[in-house]
Amino acid sequence: MSPAAAEVPAAPVPSPLPEPVVAMTGITIQFPGVKALDDVSLRLFPGEVHALMGENGAGKSTLIKALTGVYPYDAGTVTLGGVEQRFATPADAQAAGISTVYQEVNLCPNLTVTENIVLGREPRRRGSIDKRASRERARRVLRELHLDIDPRSVLGSHPIAVQQLVAIARAVDTDARVLVLDEPTSSLDAGEVAELFRVVRSLRERGVAILFVSHFLEQVYEISDRMTVLRNGRLVGEHRTADLPRTDLVRAMIGRELATLEDLEHAAPRPVEDGAVPRLAASGLGRRGAIEPADVRVHAGRVVGLAGLLGSGRTELTRLLFGADRASTGRVEVDGRPVRLRSPRGAIAQGIAFLSEDRKGEGVVGDLTVRDNLLLALQARRGWLRPIPRRAGDEMVARYIRALDVRPADPEALLRNLSGGNQQKVLLARWLLTEPRLLLLDEPTRGIDIGAKAQIQELVAQLAAEGMSVVFVSAELEEVLRICDSVVVLRDRQVVADLDASDTSLDGVVDLIARGNARD
Amino acid sequence: MTVSDTRLPEAPGSPPDPPASPGWQEAARRWLRSTSTGSSTVSVLMTAVLLVVLFGAGSIRYENFGYPQVALNLLVDNAYLIVLAVGMTFVILTGGIDLSSGAVVALGTVMAASLLQAGWPAPLVIVAVLATGSLLGWLMGLAIHGLQLQPFIVTLAGMFLARGICFAISGPSIPIQDDLFTAVAINVVELPGGTFLSYGAVLALVVVAVAAYVLHRTRFGRTVYAIGGSESSAALMGLAVGRTKVGVYVISGFCSALGGLLFSVYILSGWSLHGIGLELDAIAAVVIGGTLLVGGRGLVVGSLLGVLVLGTIKALIDFDGGLNSWWTKITIGVLLLVFVVLQRLTARRAGSAS
Repeated sequence: MSPAAAEVPAAPVPSPLPEPVVAMTGITIQFPGVKALDDVSLRLFPGEVHALMGENGAGKSTLIKALTGVYPYDAGTVTLGGVEQRFATPADAQAAGISTVYQEVNLCPNLTVTENIVLGREPRRRGSIDKRASRERARRVLRELHLDIDPRSVLGSHPIAVQQLVAIARAVDTDARVLVLDEPTSSLDAGEVAELFRVVRSLRERGVAILFVSHFLEQVYEISDRMTVLRNGRLVGEHRTADLPRTDLVRAMIGRELATLEDLEHAAPRPVEDGAVPRLAASGLGRRGAIEPADVRVHAGRVVGLAGLLGSGRTELTRLLFGADRASTGRVEVDGRPVRLRSPRGAIAQGIAFLSEDRKGEGVVGDLTVRDNLLLALQARRGWLRPIPRRAGDEMVARYIRALDVRPADPEALLRNLSGGNQQKVLLARWLLTEPRLLLLDEPTRGIDIGAKAQIQELVAQLAAEGMSVVFVSAELEEVLRICDSVVVLRDRQVVADLDASDTSLDGVVDLIARGNARD
Repeated sequence: MTVSDTRLPEAPGSPPDPPASPGWQEAARRWLRSTSTGSSTVSVLMTAVLLVVLFGAGSIRYENFGYPQVALNLLVDNAYLIVLAVGMTFVILTGGIDLSSGAVVALGTVMAASLLQAGWPAPLVIVAVLATGSLLGWLMGLAIHGLQLQPFIVTLAGMFLARGICFAISGPSIPIQDDLFTAVAINVVELPGGTFLSYGAVLALVVVAVAAYVLHRTRFGRTVYAIGGSESSAALMGLAVGRTKVGVYVISGFCSALGGLLFSVYILSGWSLHGIGLELDAIAAVVIGGTLLVGGRGLVVGSLLGVLVLGTIKALIDFDGGLNSWWTKITIGVLLLVFVVLQRLTARRAGSAS
């Protein structure tokens, strides 16, 4: 039995101190139509770094927001130092000693380091701000954290990493007992992370309880003492970091329900003829701070999967292939001809289509009808001066609604009234109408029901059989292995392997994601 | 970004205490940093240099331009605009804009003239005008913050409202004959060397000084800068964002009304068509003075210099006599463009440095 399935261990995990500084018990948060958190518990002890783990949508941020007073919770209790609390606002939580440092630096780049540390609680003398005392106070906090930052310098003149450290200094200046670090390392490089961790360790020595959220397993194993794993809004387990092997952690985060739901079936891999020119060949394609240089080749009629945890760089790589972000290194060839993908417009002209992971923000126009949404990309490609004839448009719409089984099959329904799965089908059809030769699908099956999921998977296989090239990004490894011909595995913004799907096992990919080397 | 240039502890950054004898460049850089306004100081210095150059050019080109009183007259003739620009600086520092200030100037003159005509005592008139301007600013601030409306639209509405009220009170121009107003208009503060400043000019300088104190030495002032830097961050840092945002519009309304009073003293009449486009002059002065329109960066002293630059250009063209006064507008337009481009370039350089 894998630890993923294990309940919270019967014998409580030995803890540094008998009394937790924060105890969240039975926290349940109900959003319209979905339980974001279901009976989740979390204990934080003084002087520990506690990692909160889980894939996207597992409920990590929701739990943090429940703790810091951003969201109210429907059931459960939060105690701080043994006293039950209910924070109405983030300011309340902060006053009680819970400070939060977010992924984006929430400071003012136009002000000095000193001001950012003392803003809102500046020392005053006879009504006016005492600049000297402010600077002294900032200096003292920076010194305590062993940071050599000139307190008089303007915050924006420092790299993000230093700004992040100043944010921590500000958090500590309030005598925080609990420090929540929500993805603080996502934009830092290795040296900067080391500096951050040095500060985190010195805070731990001072008895601060630190809740650390990160998608980087390396970092979690380096810094954390214990961890709590969530999946789909539920508690999977509380473990000592040293007792939980990485492979088990990844399994606990990803879950295996789907594998038991459907049998893994491999279609016979479509062979690539020797010497065939790939439809898309990217070599050394990368973007500083987002994804290390990577090679991707997609042949006609093949489905290439990108697998990895959230934050591994799978979306970033896809966006580079579509020109949505500008690459800082590398070359791209389409059908053997070098091209420069500078904008989505340019990529579309090369016959590349991109279905974004952010369905709501970047695809669905909820207030337009299914018909209008379907014809949007085709019309854009024709140019607005050449309207699609009504009759031809109706025919296309009817054909795709039938082919993709969009429900309700009503071209005049408003898209926002359709379920997530059916919205996704409409968006897919929108791109198919433009007859792309390369389809980039970023998480096309996330958050949609199992039936629609299967239909979309089927459609992808069918399109590939008809000769289309597909890049398929998904967090669900079973899905990737089932429908892809080859799998590119990403970890910590790097491509770590390029595998043939037919001779790759799920465990092999899990190992790669967890450790970065082939099965050992 | 390599590891080595971002490592903190060993970085050869400046030690906290200045060494005994740094080179003057290092000293200048250190001073700039210690002003805690960084690049704003550079922008203001640029404006100051421009002012000196313009004035110097005028002194060489025109015989009588170099007299000290010509320089002081810049303050005397633009006192109302200085006060207006101070209020505008507060608003622009938060990233907002106030288009109503020119109309509020007109409202101030019309109110003052008609109330004095109706026999109100002058001190009461002054209080009524200032209160009206502040109230209008407060209402606009409430709409902008409470309803999350665009400052541009809200203050545009305020502009029409104030201008309309002017006409409702009186269409034709009303002369001001009140003793206090005329006394302030006629009397001056004698300065050494036979020069003088009007009371209005002195008041304008006091307003600049008070504004500089408020912006740099009070929590309210620092919150103004914080909001301009990042409003969401300021809110997450627990600062009084709402109160401050409403506050800057109250200050701008107050300054506009005060500008209206100074204008009515300067011109000794109240008319609903006074001060048309004055808000744009104020915005131009603030921007030429080095304040970023997106907020968070700028000094109120810069706005004072900006007004003086505008005044110098106008004086130069007046002195020449042969140039059409439209050249003032053309010069200001070009200057504004140059300054905005310069700001963009310096901001880009600062951005790429980090």
